[in-house]
Amino acid sequence: MKKNFTKIGTYILKSSIVTWILLLLIWTLAAKYNTPDFLPNPKVTWDGFLEVLKKGVLWADIKISIQRVLLGFLRGALIAVPLGLLIGRFKVFKWLFEPFISFFRFVPAIGFLSLFLMWFGIGEESKLALITYAVIFPVTVNTIAGVAGIDPVKYQAAESLGASRLQSFLTVTIPGAVPNIFTGLRLGLSSAIISIVGAEMLAASEGLGYLIYTSRMYYRTDWIFVGIVVLGLIGFFADKLLRKVAAGAFRYYGVVDK
Amino acid sequence: MALEKEKAKEDTVVKIKVDHVCKCYEKNAAATENTKIRVKNISKQFEEEKKDLLFSDNINPDAVIGGDKSAYVLRDVNLEIREGEFHIFLGASGCGKSTLLNIIAGFLETTDGAVFLDGVPVTKPGPERGVVFQNADSSLFPWLSVKKNVEYGLKVKHVAKAERSKIAQECIDLVGLSGNEKKHPIELSGGMKQRVQIARSIASDPEILIMDEPFGALDAQTRRVLQDELIRIWKATGKTILFVTHDIQEAVYLGEKISIFSAAPDAQIVKQVEVPYDYPRELDNEAVSEFTRGVHEALDKAIYAHGREPVDKSNLTKTR
Ligand SMILES: Nc1ncnc2c1ncn2[C@@H]1O[C@H](COP(=O)(O)OP(=O)(O)OP(=O)(O)O)[C@@H](O)[C@H]1O
Ligand SMILES: [Mg+2]
Repeated sequence: MKKNFTKIGTYILKSSIVTWILLLLIWTLAAKYNTPDFLPNPKVTWDGFLEVLKKGVLWADIKISIQRVLLGFLRGALIAVPLGLLIGRFKVFKWLFEPFISFFRFVPAIGFLSLFLMWFGIGEESKLALITYAVIFPVTVNTIAGVAGIDPVKYQAAESLGASRLQSFLTVTIPGAVPNIFTGLRLGLSSAIISIVGAEMLAASEGLGYLIYTSRMYYRTDWIFVGIVVLGLIGFFADKLLRKVAAGAFRYYGVVDK
Repeated sequence: MALEKEKAKEDTVVKIKVDHVCKCYEKNAAATENTKIRVKNISKQFEEEKKDLLFSDNINPDAVIGGDKSAYVLRDVNLEIREGEFHIFLGASGCGKSTLLNIIAGFLETTDGAVFLDGVPVTKPGPERGVVFQNADSSLFPWLSVKKNVEYGLKVKHVAKAERSKIAQECIDLVGLSGNEKKHPIELSGGMKQRVQIARSIASDPEILIMDEPFGALDAQTRRVLQDELIRIWKATGKTILFVTHDIQEAVYLGEKISIFSAAPDAQIVKQVEVPYDYPRELDNEAVSEFTRGVHEALDKAIYAHGREPVDKSNLTKTR
C-alpha cells in the first residue's frame, strides 16, 4: 500500500505536474496584485485564448509559425550539419569557414532583421532567412565539437582495417558526431522558435510573433500571454518529440533521452 | 658549439648501445630468410608537428603539449620478426612498447629509422596489419552490431554482401561469439568486446595481428580463457602475432619469442628470449616457472640497463 503511494508520488513529481501547478499558482498570485492589462491571470488568458480561437486566427497563426520554424530549421540543419562535419574533419574547411562562424555566431539573428527585409523582401524568404541564420550557428558549432570529440582510436581502427580517408569520414566521422549533432539540433530548434517572433514582428500578417506583436497595439495583454504560452508549448513538445525520436533511432550512437 | 659537443657525446653513447644490441642479434642472424617485419634503427622523439595538412588529424595524436620536443623514447631499436611467429614485447610501463607498436602499425612516424614489412617500408596503416587495441570501447564502432563491426574491413574493401556475411560469421564463430551477432558493443562484457575486436581484425585476413595489452583490463579468469583462445586462433590461422604486455606470466604463457625492453628514455630491446615449451603451457610446471623467473630477472636487469632508475612517465616529455 505504502509502496504504491511512493510510486504514485514519484510518478507525479517526475511528470512535472507539480512544476506546472506551481507556475500557475505563482502566476495567479502575481496577477492578483496587478491589473489584467498589466498582467492577466490564467483565467483571463484562457478566456483570451478561447476568444482568438473563436475568431479563427489562432490556428492559422500556429500553422504558419510552425511551418516557418520547420522550414527554416530544416534549411539551417541541411547547411549546418555538413558544414560542421567538413570544418571538423578537414583543415582547409576549418581555415576557410571557422573565422566566419566564430564571428557571426555572436551577431544575433535579430540584428539582421532590417537587412534581411531589405535583401529578401517582405515575403516569406526574409523570415526563413532569419530562422535559417539562427539555426546554423548552434548546429555547426556543436557538430564541430562532435567531430573533434571522436576517439582517435576509432580512426586508427578504421584505417588499419583498410578504410580510405573518405571512407573513414563517412563511417567514423559522421556516425561518431551524431550525439553532438543532435544536441546542436535541439539548440537549433529552440533558436528557430525564438527567432520566429522577431521574424514575424516586422512585415508579417499572421503568425504567433505577429499575434504577440500586434496585440500590444490593442492593449490585449491577455493575447500576448496566449501567444507566449502557445509558443512555449510548441517548443516544449517539439523538443520532447525530437528527443524521443532521436533517442529511439540513435540509441547506439550514444544519444540519450535525458 | 656546446650543442655540437653534446651531440658528439650522444653519438658515441648510441654506438656503444648499437654494438650491444647487435650482439643480441647475432644468434638470430640465421632466421632472416622468412622475416616478416624488420625494424631498423628506429628512434622516436615526440614532437609537435603534425604530418597531415589536409585532415584535422586525430589519427596521429602524437603532439607534445607545451611544444618542446620530448626526450628520445626509443633510441636505435632493431628487431626482426619471423613469419608466423608469436612475438611478445615485454617491458616496464612507459618504456615505449606502445610507441614501437604504433610505429609498426603505421600510426606514428619515426624520428629515425624505418619498419619494413616483407622488405617494403611501412608509411601508413594498412589492412595487412590488423590491430587489436587495448581499449575496445574506443576502438569498436558502438553504432554497429557485432556482425557489422566484424564486416567493416570487408565492407570498405567492397566485398560482396553474401561473401562478407559468410566470412564475418566464420570469424564470429572462431572467437566464440556465435549467437551475439545482432548485439551492439554496449551490450557486451569486456571480454566479449575483445573477442569482437579479434574477430574484426581476423575478418580482413591480415598477415600480422598487432595487439597492445588486449587483455590488460580483464579479470584473471577471463584473461586466461582469452589467452587460450588466442593460442587456438593463432594455430588455426597461422598468423604472425605481435603482442604487447607487461605481464611476465602472460608473456611466457603466450610467446614463442620475447623481446625485453629497457626503460625509456632511450629505450631499446636489450634482450630476446625464445620460450622453448610446447603449447598449452603449464605455468605451474617447475621448469616453466624456473624459466619465468629467469625472464623476470632479465626484465629487471633490462630496466636498470642504463645504470639508473626507470624514469617516471611524467618526467619524460621535457627535453633534458
Ligand atoms: N604523445 C606523446 N608525447 C610525448 N611523450 C609521449 C607521448 N606518448 C607517449 N610518450 C612517452 O613515451 C613513453 C613510452 O610510452 P608508451 O605508451 O609507448 O609506453 P608503454 O611501454 O606502452 O607503457 P604501458 O605499458 O604503460 O602501456 C612514455 O614514457 C611516455 O611518457
Ligand atoms: Mg602501452
